Amino acid sequence: MTLRAYVISRILLTIPMIFILLTMVFVVIRILPGDPVLAHFEKNVDPALVEEMRVKLGLDKPLWAQYFDYVFGVFRGDLGKSMYDYSPVAEQIFSAFPATLELAISSMIIAALVGIFLGVQASKRYNKPVDHTIRIFGIVTYAIPVFLLGMILQLVFGVGLRWLPVGLRMNPMLAAPQGLTIGALHFSTGLYTIDSLLEGNMFKFVESLRYLFLPSLTLGTVLSGVFIRLTRTNMFETMRLDFVTAARARGLRETTVTYRYALRNAFLPVLTMIGLQFAALLAGAVLTETTFSWPGLGTYVVDRINFRDYTAIQGAVVVFGILVSIVSLVVDLLYAYLDPRIRL
Amino acid sequence: MIEQTNAESHLLTVNGLTVEYWTRRGKIRAVENASFTLDRRETLGVVGESGSGKSTLGLSLIKLVPYPGRIVSGDINLEGQNIRRMKDEEMRDVRGRRISYVFQDPMTSLNPVEKIKDHFVELIQTHEPKVSKTQALERANQLFRDVGIQEERISDYPHQLSGGMRQRVMIALALALNPSVIIADEPTTALDVVVQAKILDLLNTLRDRYGMALILITHDLSIVLQRSDKIIVMYAGRIVEYASSVDLYSSTQHPYSQGLLNSIPNIELIDQKLEAIEGSPPDLLNPPKGCRFWPRCSFAMPECRIEEPPLFETKKNHLVRCYLYKDETNDQ
Amino acid sequence: MMGGSSTKKNMFSRLVPLLTSLARRGLAGWFIAIGLIMVIAIVVMTMLAPWISPHDPSAIEMGPLLSPPSSQFPFGTNKLGQDMLSRVISGGGIMIQVALLSVVICMAGGIPIGLLSSYTGGILDRILCLIMDSIYAFPGLVLAIAIALMLGRGVVNMALSIAVVYVPSYFRVIRSQVLSIKEMAYVEAANAIGAKGHTILSRYILPNVIPSIIVVATVNFADAILTAAGLTFIGLGVSVDIPDWGYDLTVGRTLLTTGVWWVIAFPGIMVVLLALGFTLMGEGLSELWNPRLEQ
Repeated sequence: MTLRAYVISRILLTIPMIFILLTMVFVVIRILPGDPVLAHFEKNVDPALVEEMRVKLGLDKPLWAQYFDYVFGVFRGDLGKSMYDYSPVAEQIFSAFPATLELAISSMIIAALVGIFLGVQASKRYNKPVDHTIRIFGIVTYAIPVFLLGMILQLVFGVGLRWLPVGLRMNPMLAAPQGLTIGALHFSTGLYTIDSLLEGNMFKFVESLRYLFLPSLTLGTVLSGVFIRLTRTNMFETMRLDFVTAARARGLRETTVTYRYALRNAFLPVLTMIGLQFAALLAGAVLTETTFSWPGLGTYVVDRINFRDYTAIQGAVVVFGILVSIVSLVVDLLYAYLDPRIRL
Repeated sequence: MIEQTNAESHLLTVNGLTVEYWTRRGKIRAVENASFTLDRRETLGVVGESGSGKSTLGLSLIKLVPYPGRIVSGDINLEGQNIRRMKDEEMRDVRGRRISYVFQDPMTSLNPVEKIKDHFVELIQTHEPKVSKTQALERANQLFRDVGIQEERISDYPHQLSGGMRQRVMIALALALNPSVIIADEPTTALDVVVQAKILDLLNTLRDRYGMALILITHDLSIVLQRSDKIIVMYAGRIVEYASSVDLYSSTQHPYSQGLLNSIPNIELIDQKLEAIEGSPPDLLNPPKGCRFWPRCSFAMPECRIEEPPLFETKKNHLVRCYLYKDETNDQ
Repeated sequence: MMGGSSTKKNMFSRLVPLLTSLARRGLAGWFIAIGLIMVIAIVVMTMLAPWISPHDPSAIEMGPLLSPPSSQFPFGTNKLGQDMLSRVISGGGIMIQVALLSVVICMAGGIPIGLLSSYTGGILDRILCLIMDSIYAFPGLVLAIAIALMLGRGVVNMALSIAVVYVPSYFRVIRSQVLSIKEMAYVEAANAIGAKGHTILSRYILPNVIPSIIVVATVNFADAILTAAGLTFIGLGVSVDIPDWGYDLTVGRTLLTTGVWWVIAFPGIMVVLLALGFTLMGEGLSELWNPRLEQ
């Protein structure tokens, strides 16, 4: 299949998937429990209040009308209003999103780096003790609940050694990094690490890293197992290929052979895996954020659960789903672009 | 029988080399007790069918026998130095610089994600760190002229070159550091006939120009008959005949060598009967007792089935592993 | 004790030769053996809890509140003075039930749908594939949160929410197997002699699909346990009066900063061990049945 045909068909595929996703969420939140508004309120409540909320949130209309409002709303960027204070959910999500993004990126980087490195080491010592240890490490890290690992790290590094903070995103005595300001123009990414660099404030940069480190390490470690396994298998096969032996026959250094020859060629599946793991990353992020009081989408969802703010939760869940769809689309397209079989 | 050759007098001396693969199902002796010598401006042909151990022999000379293989015994001496005892770091110095290896399939022997010029720069700078990138590229261009590729191609990726060009690149890489020995494993099998002859001629020209020794590993006896000075015929891991190419052609001794010779089509003969050797190579996990070849040999005698024959020296520098010649030994 | 002891001895005697034969199969065999032992030990411990726990796990003020591990209370006590050791021994019940139930529901749903869809093919197959892919692409925990939230607390509801998330895994695995087997000659031959669809399914396809299903099931179990723990951690757990590791984890979390580590540590270890047991089995089985790195 040509590249163009693939790209088009892949993009077209995303549309029905997003629709199914939206429908699923709608069914779960609006239809499943019966009446989300009633579920929101405590038992003895004034029916007038219930009716008021219904009208304000547009939940008094017939179901199919609600569905259309909802779907069109999503495409317009309107995710409804919060049951708590009727403010737009989209705004709240938008402000919580960068924190989750920062956590997600740094965790994925750690997972990939740790996973690839350990996978390479394991593949070079097939069936020897180091290989076994690394494989067991990968399995055990998968089996630990991410919040438990987070708490252990908090205990060791935060409470015990007192090297790193145990919660929040930034030193409470500092203002959040503002990013780049040129005259009246203002540019910020919402990622504290980058914004503090843009601001030129090294102290804030270091602080933001200190706060980012433990949560990313936690989430990254739990995810690394998959990368370890994948890299190990791929490297093992690639190292057996002719051009690797030929490289050794020319007397090149082992590190050159491992990284410039074998790894560069085995890397592509790892890239795809990053995309595939994104869903698991977001799921883990919810628990990690809760553990570290990291103010992102995960904390947002859990808070809304406590408030029984079902419309807000619906909006957040939709955002999660759309994020995953977009990321997997991008990764698929990237892979198609890079895979020589399709490109040539 | 075989004299322990004086390591100092030849460029490359191999004595009693034995290589085994230790697999889960058992030990496989891919090469047993191989011995030969090689001098500068000499070409040694190593002939045998698949599984005869010829590739393993080649790889063992640079100690790159793949897992689970290992060199079990024997000596390899390069310019008087014992290679077999070398540690990995020392061996890395030998590979590519003193002994070069040209692999069979040029398509799969180059790094697909690196440009050709990077292959050269990498190679030269690894062995000679003081050389700058520009100097390395100059050398590469010179090598391209030697092997006959246009200089512009140096910026290409491997997949942009034809098979013949890729093989020339491999040869250029093999030459880059002026090695003493080049081992070419089936250098022409993956190429078409027209290109084959060119590549083989090229190898010999370069051999003479740079004063190297050449080892040609192939299954095709016709190639080595013309272009090598001496030939080793291998069967099931053993050297069954070792002679100059002239002697091998005119006074072929081992029945297997004779069979190989008979299966070469000769365009000048009308009504030539092409004879294939009946049967197939033995299973090296459970080899037959006695001479490895007896099940396929038309001259098999009772003693062939009992014990493996040693190498008999029938003329000066003509050795054959066959009981047919046991009385013709040229005793010193 | 009770009449169950003789059956247990019987199972034990059949178990030992199985374990020794596994241990001979290299690392993968060890994984399976150790995983199996871990899982069985924990399940047995939980089942025997009423008899083997030293105190009543729900009884409060058994000893000083929040006391660290001691000879009297080897795992310490919690905020209500409950004995942690007893709570750990009895706390697995809910998690195991939830995991088991979710796997059963998942299989009951995923396997028939998978078989039907891949065998029939056509539009039905494509639509189901699309739906399954959408679910599969979703962050599991998030979906489980949404469903558990709306269904309410309870073992069954939690199991349902986890099950929905895992149905696509079974669906995919079965579908790929069925599709490859469908092409094979002997199925065509069976068709040619007029065997009915369901006969083909049960006689030819099903036996070949079972190994993959078992591997997926082990991963399913492990994930179910971790997801159940996660849901409880967020506050969507089961009601509080039954001893439950998940609950202790949540409670123990707030106590951690005050230096009280034992409330969270021991239930935490148990959860890890249980999930680990299943994961090890899954790894070992998949390595054994699909050896990737043969020489």
